[in-house]
Amino acid sequence: MASSSIVARGALPPGFENRLYDPAEALPRDELSALQLRRLQETVERAARVPSYREALGRAGVSAADIRSLDDLRRLPFTVKDDLRRNYPLGLLAVPREQVVRIHGSSGTTGRPTFVAYTRRDLDTWTGLVARFLVAGGLRPEHTVHVAFGYGLFTGGFGLHYGIERVGAAVVPAGGGNTPRHVRLIQDLGAQVLICTPSYALHIGEVAAAEGLRPDDLALRFGHFGGEPWTEELRQEIERSLGILAFNNYGLSEVIGPGVAGECGVREGMHVQEDHFIVECLDPKTLEPVPEGEVGELVITSLTKEATPVLRYRTRDLAALDRRPCPCGRTGVRMGRVVGRSDDMLIIRGVNVFPSQVEEALLRVDGTAPQYLIEVSRPGALDEVKVKVELRPGDLRDEMRQMIELKDRIDREIHAVTGIRMSIELVAPGALERSPGKARRVIDHRKAAVA
Amino acid sequence: MQIRQLSLFLENKPGQLRIPAKVLGDAGIDILTMSLADTHQFGILRLVVKDTDRARAVLEDAGVVVNVTDVLAVDVPDRPGGLASVLEAFENAGLGIEYMYPFATRERGRYATLLFRLEDPAKAASLLQQHGVRLVSPAELFARAG
Ligand SMILES: [Zn+2]
Repeated sequence: MASSSIVARGALPPGFENRLYDPAEALPRDELSALQLRRLQETVERAARVPSYREALGRAGVSAADIRSLDDLRRLPFTVKDDLRRNYPLGLLAVPREQVVRIHGSSGTTGRPTFVAYTRRDLDTWTGLVARFLVAGGLRPEHTVHVAFGYGLFTGGFGLHYGIERVGAAVVPAGGGNTPRHVRLIQDLGAQVLICTPSYALHIGEVAAAEGLRPDDLALRFGHFGGEPWTEELRQEIERSLGILAFNNYGLSEVIGPGVAGECGVREGMHVQEDHFIVECLDPKTLEPVPEGEVGELVITSLTKEATPVLRYRTRDLAALDRRPCPCGRTGVRMGRVVGRSDDMLIIRGVNVFPSQVEEALLRVDGTAPQYLIEVSRPGALDEVKVKVELRPGDLRDEMRQMIELKDRIDREIHAVTGIRMSIELVAPGALERSPGKARRVIDHRKAAVA
Repeated sequence: MQIRQLSLFLENKPGQLRIPAKVLGDAGIDILTMSLADTHQFGILRLVVKDTDRARAVLEDAGVVVNVTDVLAVDVPDRPGGLASVLEAFENAGLGIEYMYPFATRERGRYATLLFRLEDPAKAASLLQQHGVRLVSPAELFARAG
C-alpha cells in the first residue's frame, strides 16, 4: 500500500471493493430468523443424541419439539468448558466416529486440552465461513497470503489455510519459526495478505523495520488477525508499521475455530455469521441479556455443526453486540472486540471493569503499555483500586513536577476509560512480579478477606 | 560550565535509598553531594559524582532508573545576605529556578556552593556570568571535593 497513514473506520475505505463471498451474508433479517429457527431445532435434535446433552435437556425439561420460536433458545441449558473436559476426549460426539474426518483441540493452558471433531460437511462449512470473512477483508483470488499461524491442533493454521484456498488465492503455509525468515518470505514471494496473531504482526513489523524495510518495500495490503484479544491502538500501530488495513476476526475451537465472526471493510465490529451461529450477550452473573449495546459474555449456539454441536456455549469472552445496519450490506449482527474474559471481570463499586481497559488507558498515555498490577481492596465500606505501574527508563524526568504530571495523566486516562478513580503508584522497573506465560494483572484482596 | 547530575527514581519504601548507595560504593564511586525530592509515594534522588557515565552504567545494571541532567554550580558569598545577592542576579538575568540544593563542601568564610537546575543551563551560564555570578567548573568542583 502506497500510504502509511491510518485509514479511518466507520465507512468503507476509499477505493476498497466491498465484495460478498456468499449471498447468505446479506440475508434479510426475517429470512435469517426463519433459517435460524429451523437450524436450531435440528441442532437440538442432533445434540440430544449425545448422552451428556440429553441429560441436560432432560433436566431443563426441553426437547427439540419445544423450540417453536427463537425465544425458546433461552430454555436450553448452558454448556461450559468443563462439560468438554468432563467428556474428554470426544464424549460430546454427535455422529458415529467413522464420520469424523478431522480433530482439533484447544491448548491446555488452563487445564486439560479439549477436543472438537469435524465431519466432511463441517469442514466444508468452516472453510466457507473463513472464506467469507477473508473476502470481506479484501482477499481476492489473485493474492498471495502468508500464514504465520502455527499449524497443528490449534484451529488457526488449518482453518485459515483452507479458507484461503477456497477463495482461490495462493497460500504460503509458513507456520511458526523465526521472524526474519517470515519477513524474507513475505518480501520474496510478494504476499499481499498477512495472517497471524496481532502481537506477532507487530513483531514482524518491528523486525522488518530493523532490517531497514519501509512499509512500501513490502507488497502487503491487508492483514487478518485473531487468536487473542487486541486493542484499537494496536491496530493502528500494526497498520502504520506494515502499511496495511488490519482486520479482526473471532472464533474459538469449541464452537468451530476462526470464522464465527469477522470484520468487513468498515472495520467497526465483526459480523457474526448468524446463519451458522446464534450469539447471545449475557450478564455473566445473572445470565440475563445485557441492555442493547452493552458489554456482556458471549454465549454461542452452533446451528450447523454436525460432529460436535454446542448448545449455549459460555465463551467467557466479553464483548458488546451492535444490531445497527452496516454500510457494507451484511446483515449479521456486529460484535465489538473482545474486551476481556468474564473470569477476569472486576466489579468495582458496582461498575464492571476489565484489566484490558486499564491496559488501554496506559497505551493512550504512551504508545506501549508498561507492566502494571491492579490491586483491589475494601478497607472500609467502599472498594479501592490501586494500579501499580512500572516506570520505564525513558519515563524518568528529573523534575518532580513532570513526574507528578505523568502520574496525573495516567490517573485521568484510567478514569476516562473505566469511569473509576484508581490511585496510581509508580514503581521501579522490575518491581512487579513476572510469571512465565501470562502476566498476573489483578490481585483482589476482597476475595481473600471473604474466604 | 555545566555539572552533570544523576537523577534516580526511588520508590518510597524502606531500603530504597540504600540500594544505589551500595551499588556506587561497591564500584568505588564517591558521592560528592546529593539531594532527595519526594512525594509520599516516590522520590527522585539527585547525585553528583566524578565519573557520571560509569555511575550511570553500574546503577542501570542494578536495575535503577537513572537519567542525567545538567546543573550549574554557583559560589555564594558565605555571609549574611550572600544568597539574596546571588538570587537577585538570577532575577536580573530573567532566570527561573526549577530547584536548588547545596554542594556538600564549602570554603568557610569565603563561599558556599549551591547547585541550581535552570531551564537552559548553557544559556543561563553565560547570562549569570554577565551578571557577575561566580560559577564553578566541574574540574574545580571535583578538586574541592578532594
Ligand atoms: Zn459490515
